[in-house]
Amino acid sequence: MSELIRKSASELSQLLGSGEVSAVEVTREHLDRIAAVDGDVNAFLHVSSDALDVAASIDQRRAAGEELGPLAGVPLAVKDVLVTTDMPSTSGSRILEGYMSPFDATVVAKSRTAGLVPIGKTNMDEFAMGSSTEHSAYGPTHNPWDLDRIPGGSGGGSAAAVAAFEAPLALGSDTGGSIRQPAHVTGTVGVKPTYGGVSRYGAIALASSLDQVGPVTRTVLDAGLLHDVIGGHDPLDSTSLRDEWPSMAAAARAGAERGSFEGLRVGVVAQFTGDGFQAGVRRRYEEALALLERNGAELVEVSAPHFEYAIAAYYLILPAEASSNLAKFDSVRFGMRVTPPGGGTVEQVMSATREAGFGPEVKRRIILGTYALSAGYYDAYYGSAQKVRTLIQRDFESAFQSVDVLVSPSAPTTAFRLGEKLDDPLAMYLNDITTIPANLAGVPAMSVPIGLAPEDGLPVGIQFMAPVREDARLYTAGSALEALLLEQWGHGLLAEAPELGGK
Amino acid sequence: MSEISEQQVAHLANLARIALTPEEISSLTSELDTIVDSIAKVQEVATPDVPATSHPVPLQNVFRDDVVGQTLTTEQALANAPESADGRFKVSAILGEEQ
Repeated sequence: MSELIRKSASELSQLLGSGEVSAVEVTREHLDRIAAVDGDVNAFLHVSSDALDVAASIDQRRAAGEELGPLAGVPLAVKDVLVTTDMPSTSGSRILEGYMSPFDATVVAKSRTAGLVPIGKTNMDEFAMGSSTEHSAYGPTHNPWDLDRIPGGSGGGSAAAVAAFEAPLALGSDTGGSIRQPAHVTGTVGVKPTYGGVSRYGAIALASSLDQVGPVTRTVLDAGLLHDVIGGHDPLDSTSLRDEWPSMAAAARAGAERGSFEGLRVGVVAQFTGDGFQAGVRRRYEEALALLERNGAELVEVSAPHFEYAIAAYYLILPAEASSNLAKFDSVRFGMRVTPPGGGTVEQVMSATREAGFGPEVKRRIILGTYALSAGYYDAYYGSAQKVRTLIQRDFESAFQSVDVLVSPSAPTTAFRLGEKLDDPLAMYLNDITTIPANLAGVPAMSVPIGLAPEDGLPVGIQFMAPVREDARLYTAGSALEALLLEQWGHGLLAEAPELGGK
Repeated sequence: MSEISEQQVAHLANLARIALTPEEISSLTSELDTIVDSIAKVQEVATPDVPATSHPVPLQNVFRDDVVGQTLTTEQALANAPESADGRFKVSAILGEEQ
């Protein structure tokens, strides 16, 4: 395997900056890697045909003496939920097959401006509904640690691309854990920023009060570098915050240099320990907590009594918002159109199109959302769920009065087998138990790898959560933990992943 | 148990404009019954004194200046339409024969 593809984005940044390698070389190595392994992994739905040209133009600009950003020339994989003008955007759905957006998502536009080289669009559960990518209309992505297992979801493609060294950086979106749970099961880093911290303009909406775009990487510093590129106010997104944000990369560097948690009060969520969590997940998590404590953190058990209602509230709010957002797929303005035999009215065409274009999970959630919003049930279901949301926010507020960050395992189990939960929607939904509260409250959260579960040798992550607008705390704490683990292991976790056979 | 019937699912499918097959209606009915049972637990803690939250980070209405911004051209807007004519989206008949 080429050494170049093993480099982190920050290492590539230095090599590119000093002229030791060119953007074309870096991009070609990654395209070669995709060609070699993606037949097995299926992380990509589309590979860019002009990535090398884009890379060449970065090299020319650098040669001409232009001051470029730190990530200029570094390849970037883009989750297919984000629209792009140069590649199709399907959101994993048949209904949008071949769709070419007339505009770029703001995060994509910002990435291009920063000189990043988009190399492809990554696979995902259809419209980001799922925890395994098995709901993609284009076939599942396979976990690079074990090709028979799920890479997480919905952003399994982005996480697998990064874990399989097909890209050093990827963009994801996180509505209930779609960045963090894939990070957990693939041994990578994933960050859900504060709600409103990163623009969603051009992110095909799932649930607008929950969706957030964020970085998917192999190191905490790389996530910080990408976060710095995509973050900040966007007038095209009316939920975008106007805050001035500190550099997340600087926060990550400070954490790694310090390598200590002196003075950091870490709240251990009592509801996310014990039964219901796989033994190996618990073991690595407890070891990570002990490591935090040995290095100066003050561990405080924190109770969040309403977190147990989070999944129920989420599976009312999400379908309700999704059923509204997906109404735009009406067979008129874009996407598929299916005319029933013998023709039909616009409503019949619409119904036939949506029957043919949506997969089973999307239909399930649209019907559930329509039910939750319908007269007679609205107060009991959607209204109650919104109240639970208040209670969960209060749990966070109360916890953050006595601690600086909260921690939990990033997911209850390691990667399960493809097909294992496909016929049991509720079992699939339960996988998001640890990640959903952050979305309901809008707080930022990060998953960092902490080792392999002894019983199956598969990756485990720890989740850090911080108060709204305190994303930098995640980077400082996550990076310090990562530095301590690197010292302990002598290498990154992904060095232990099996070699992919390739073709 | 909640009481979701096949008739109700068929009605919801009609509201959502999805021409579900009878098999889909039947499987969705039992799945939704289970799901709704489990999510109904939100009612346990959603007492009248708890205010609802619709948005995680409170924001006021966001307005921009009333000036023409960047917009799509007609060609761009129609580029993805399944059918268009004379610079417009083309749709099937709005009314059926019985209307």
